[in-house]
Amino acid sequence: MSIAIYILVMAGVTYLIRMLPFALFRRKIKSRFFKSVLYYIPFAVLSAMTFPSIFYATGNTVTAVIGTVVAVILAYFKLPLIVVSVAACAAAFVAGLFL
Amino acid sequence: MRKPFSRGMLHGLPIALGYFSVSFGFGIVAVQSGLKALEAVIISLTNLTSAGQAMGVAIIAAGGSLIEMAATQLVINMRYALMAISLSQKLDKSFTTPHRLLAAYGITDEIFAVAAAQDCKLVPAYMYGMISVAAAGWVGGTLAGAVANTLLPVSLTSAMGIMLYGMFIAIIVPSARESHKIFSAIVIAAMLSCAFKLWLPSVSVGFAIIISAVVASVIGAMLFPVDSEETEEETE
Repeated sequence: MSIAIYILVMAGVTYLIRMLPFALFRRKIKSRFFKSVLYYIPFAVLSAMTFPSIFYATGNTVTAVIGTVVAVILAYFKLPLIVVSVAACAAAFVAGLFL
Repeated sequence: MRKPFSRGMLHGLPIALGYFSVSFGFGIVAVQSGLKALEAVIISLTNLTSAGQAMGVAIIAAGGSLIEMAATQLVINMRYALMAISLSQKLDKSFTTPHRLLAAYGITDEIFAVAAAQDCKLVPAYMYGMISVAAAGWVGGTLAGAVANTLLPVSLTSAMGIMLYGMFIAIIVPSARESHKIFSAIVIAAMLSCAFKLWLPSVSVGFAIIISAVVASVIGAMLFPVDSEETEEETE
């Protein structure tokens, strides 16, 4: 399938999700259950995307796990996104030099 | 007081710097997944979102269906609908429908967070200033990453494949530390996603993530419904 069609679908859906509520919505969501689901969605999506994919992200499970552990520790201490991201990469790179 | 456009640009600068490093990782992953640098740049320019793009590239690489593409983007980017609703309450009268159609493009987690924190009504020029700088950082980082992939040694670029996930961890772990509710949802989603990979590898990666995330969120909503103050907070 043509990559252009993939990109068109991807960009079209993403834009509509942002645009329709922004342009049309004039009131607030009331349902507590629905609001709760929406509250958890971003965290659940990021978690499901990260695990287990992160363990395959460097092409070597050992370096990927080392990078993951470094990222989790630094994130636990609330370091900025860039620091966590670069440190995970650096840890995986350095680990790779010894393997 | 600065003009709204330059004030927006100033507020967009730290966002752009953060975006650059993350989209650098995206550019590398995209090229490693078989896309051309130009295609990666067009994806970043037209989508302006990290998780959705990473998923989209994975689906393209796996030759997934367009339905899978549309469904994953819908679920992954659903949070933007909520942010758009929230921002729509804060718009100045000058934010007419054409301006809304244009500015909607730039509703991202970080731009939403900064715009929502303003104590005045939002005018279009302010949003355009912030969005243009942030988008330039996002697209520029993608291009740099895609080009660097061919220039840097493989040992380095393969390690860079972890950067985008490192950012996801940096987003979810601090929230999990503060809230056992979020921690539970994150753990359930991760376990389901790993279970799909281990025991149901025939389910495509996009659907596995949608199902894992929605089931985890519904379980979270049933076990720990949240109060309205919590949902008002920006989460990512």
